Amino acid sequence: MHTKSAGLYIHVPFCLSKCRYCSFYSITSVELMDEFVKTVVREMAFYKDIFPSFDSLYFGGGTPSLLTTGQVKTLLDAAQKYFDIRPRAEITTEVNPGDVSLEYFQSLRRVGVNRLNIGVQSFDDSLLKFLGRRHTAKQAIESIETARNAGFKNLGFDLIYAVHGQNVKTWRQTLKKALSFSPEHLSCYQLSLDCKTPLYKQYKQDGLELPSEKEALDFFISTSMILTEAGYIHYEVSNFARTRKFESRHNRKYWNHEPYLGLGPAAHSFFGNRRWWNKANVKTYLKDIGSGKKPVARSEQLSNDELALESLFLGMRTADGVNLESLKKLYGLDLLAVKKRIIGTLIDHQLVILKNNRLCPTLEGMALADSLALI
Amino acid sequence: MKNIRNFSIIAHIDHGKSTLADRLIQFTGVCNERNFQDQLLDNMDIERERGITIKSNAISLPYRAKDGNEYMLNLIDTPGHVDFSYEVSRSLASCEGVLLLIDAAQGVQAQTLANLYLAMEHNLEIIPVINKIDLPSADIERVLEEIESELGLDPDTHIKCSAKEGTGIEEVLEAVVQRIPPPRGDISNPLAALIFDAKYDSFRGTIIHCRVFEGSVKAGDIIRFMSNNATYKVEEVGYFQLTRVKLDKLSSGDVGYIIAGVKTVADVRTGDTITLQNKPCQQSLPGFKEVKPVVFASIYPIASDDYQDLADSLEKYKLNDASFIYEKDSSAALGQGFRCGFLGLLHLDIVQERLEREFGLSIILSVPSVRYRFTLEDGKVIYVDNPTHYPDPAEIDKGEEPYIRATMMLPERYLGSVMKLCMEKRGVNSNMNYTGPGRVELSYEMPLAEVIFDFYDRFKSVTQGYGSFDYDIIDYRESNLVLMDILVNGEKVDALSQIVHRERARARALIACDRLKDEIPRQMFKIAIQGAIGGEIIARSTISAFRKDVTAKCYGGDITRKRKLLEKQKAGKKRMKMIGSVSIPQSAFLAVLKSDND
Repeated sequence: MHTKSAGLYIHVPFCLSKCRYCSFYSITSVELMDEFVKTVVREMAFYKDIFPSFDSLYFGGGTPSLLTTGQVKTLLDAAQKYFDIRPRAEITTEVNPGDVSLEYFQSLRRVGVNRLNIGVQSFDDSLLKFLGRRHTAKQAIESIETARNAGFKNLGFDLIYAVHGQNVKTWRQTLKKALSFSPEHLSCYQLSLDCKTPLYKQYKQDGLELPSEKEALDFFISTSMILTEAGYIHYEVSNFARTRKFESRHNRKYWNHEPYLGLGPAAHSFFGNRRWWNKANVKTYLKDIGSGKKPVARSEQLSNDELALESLFLGMRTADGVNLESLKKLYGLDLLAVKKRIIGTLIDHQLVILKNNRLCPTLEGMALADSLALI
Repeated sequence: MKNIRNFSIIAHIDHGKSTLADRLIQFTGVCNERNFQDQLLDNMDIERERGITIKSNAISLPYRAKDGNEYMLNLIDTPGHVDFSYEVSRSLASCEGVLLLIDAAQGVQAQTLANLYLAMEHNLEIIPVINKIDLPSADIERVLEEIESELGLDPDTHIKCSAKEGTGIEEVLEAVVQRIPPPRGDISNPLAALIFDAKYDSFRGTIIHCRVFEGSVKAGDIIRFMSNNATYKVEEVGYFQLTRVKLDKLSSGDVGYIIAGVKTVADVRTGDTITLQNKPCQQSLPGFKEVKPVVFASIYPIASDDYQDLADSLEKYKLNDASFIYEKDSSAALGQGFRCGFLGLLHLDIVQERLEREFGLSIILSVPSVRYRFTLEDGKVIYVDNPTHYPDPAEIDKGEEPYIRATMMLPERYLGSVMKLCMEKRGVNSNMNYTGPGRVELSYEMPLAEVIFDFYDRFKSVTQGYGSFDYDIIDYRESNLVLMDILVNGEKVDALSQIVHRERARARALIACDRLKDEIPRQMFKIAIQGAIGGEIIARSTISAFRKDVTAKCYGGDITRKRKLLEKQKAGKKRMKMIGSVSIPQSAFLAVLKSDND
């Protein structure tokens, strides 16, 4: 069993409007927000004595910034009551630039939120419109400044690239603008189109082209080079931090194959060799917990082989790679022994390096993380 | 004997041969309508389960004709692949006549003609039967016209029927009785029986299917196979209905079976003559050919763990395929496997399909080869059919390859393209004669190696299916041979090596490099494919590396989904063979076989 602290995730499935590319679960009415908050508290009770401790808490969604500070406090207090939340835990909430006010940010800080992740996505209004975001570039900039004014010392932004109409040059500008605010953390995602989203349908209807492999690679590599040159650590495929301290402690749990508990509709959990996830429906979630049962949709028990594969593909997404000794000890997979030949070839082609008993992807290797996991 | 009729049904595919056969069986009451389906289906399940053969490809139908007499109608099925022409010819040689079945809507098709040629070669009485008259698109007038113009038969001799609806069946049976001649032969002559098939039954051993021409045979007799003088004591004789029916004896004119303690089907040669040890006939029946494998390839399991499964399956398969031979073999690239001999590429295809489908194996075949002959400097003569055993070029005095004489029958309009094809395949000494209005018989001497590389498919293509093709090995002729190797990222893949004629080497190498480029999926690094003779690279192709595959986001909710996707991809990769660091799918090995112009 893990002695490491786990991460606590709360999914806030409410939005004022759905962005056109989003495939996360949420509904566009905040009517049930209050009942939701009370119900999450009740859900916490189910897992009271399972996880030893938590050192990160993350409000995601949906739009967590639709929660009032009072609601955030309720949830944080309940978490403290049911779980062992370590002192100096990282407590993050995601923010939509359209929900910003100085008072709100200050009060968030007062109740204990110490990290913000702002969904900037772009500083170009036409692109924001195309993506279906409900804020403008001006609002994005304001939210950043307000966050700083409220005293937040740990800020991250989300940005999206390879959107139709964008090229590496215009993207470069976006990055420069983002850097001008010296965020502690940056997440730069290539636009991915889930087939159920309106944006995907538009791409198909209008015959818009997705970037070629070369273009996608170009975006990826230039993002890395620009940000590393500016002093950031490219620690995961899409994530950059000013220093190791500012890496997203919570998201690190996913990539380090460490445990986490997810509360709220559609939230995922991982503990020991089990994964489970909640049903993706607010009403059902409320009903289930209301009648005293867990709102779990499905769970799976993982074999050593499955755990090893997860470890590997998650590891290949991070600069720190995967610990070969752990793979062997925990799952009986002696990668160096069984895959010696191909690892040698990969090293020759500068896709991976072996360092301190860890197999780490190079930048080019990170771009091929999925294939690396299949060796 | 005058009340016996031996006949077969020949037709283009899907023109209703099986349905008509079923109707004849039902009509003659061998099996009544009600339990017909059940019986047949049950039997097939049992067959499969217990490995016994109940359904034979010969069946004897008792029939009381309109003239009041009782007849025995022996229906012999010709095997599915007209391409196995030798087996087909021995089945036809056991008959006196055929029903030439033609679909009333489709009319005369390629195989109708090809089958007719074969039947004519055996001087069989031919009864044209127009089937499927129930179809709304049936055009009998047109078919009659085709019977006359395309087949050169008298259209007035036709019978109409609908096997599906069961109409015209009695007319068909009457025609068999009235128009197909009774067998000739003398029961007092020494036994001469033609073997047209053999099947393995796990309870009784080998069941020999035969047509008795002269004399008679019964349990207790000592019989002799005239091809190799092997002798056996007869345990049982009989004929076929839905199951085997024991008889006291089989006599001239009869079609039936002999069980005589013959261990394996390999001990029985199709076309051989059976006679009595103590009263043998003077001469064997005509048409016997010793069928020898001419194409060789190695079979490997994709996963080396499956080796035993492959070994077991080959053993099981061989029980019912006398012409298939195999022995242990190994490859540096593909591990432990078996070297197998086939009658031709079609035979190879069939074996491969059976192994994969019936036995559920994932296998790889090496590039097939014919058997070459080398005379070394020291005078020694060796036969080589495995490129990995290619002798040291420095020691070779001369190399020879097997030549065949190909005999082709085709409508005149395709003559030009066929001749062009044969010349392309290094054909020489051609001969041509007109066997009928608009019909040509063409023969060519060609290297067997050229022929096995899908000559047959191309021949069928240029003749639009109307040509028939057969060949005989004639001799070995000197040839400028070289060993062509394929290297993947500098590593020789021995399973892809080929012994080729020097003039063909570059073309073959280019094709191989090209095909491999199409079949091998892109990988994380560039793949260089090269064709070489000795150390000299004569062809190459490159597969570029792919450089990005990772998805942007991977958070808590994505992990299960991603893992499942990777597991699926991993399973797909397992079906590929790792040569060095390159994953090569089975299809790549196969693709290298396909010749030019695909």
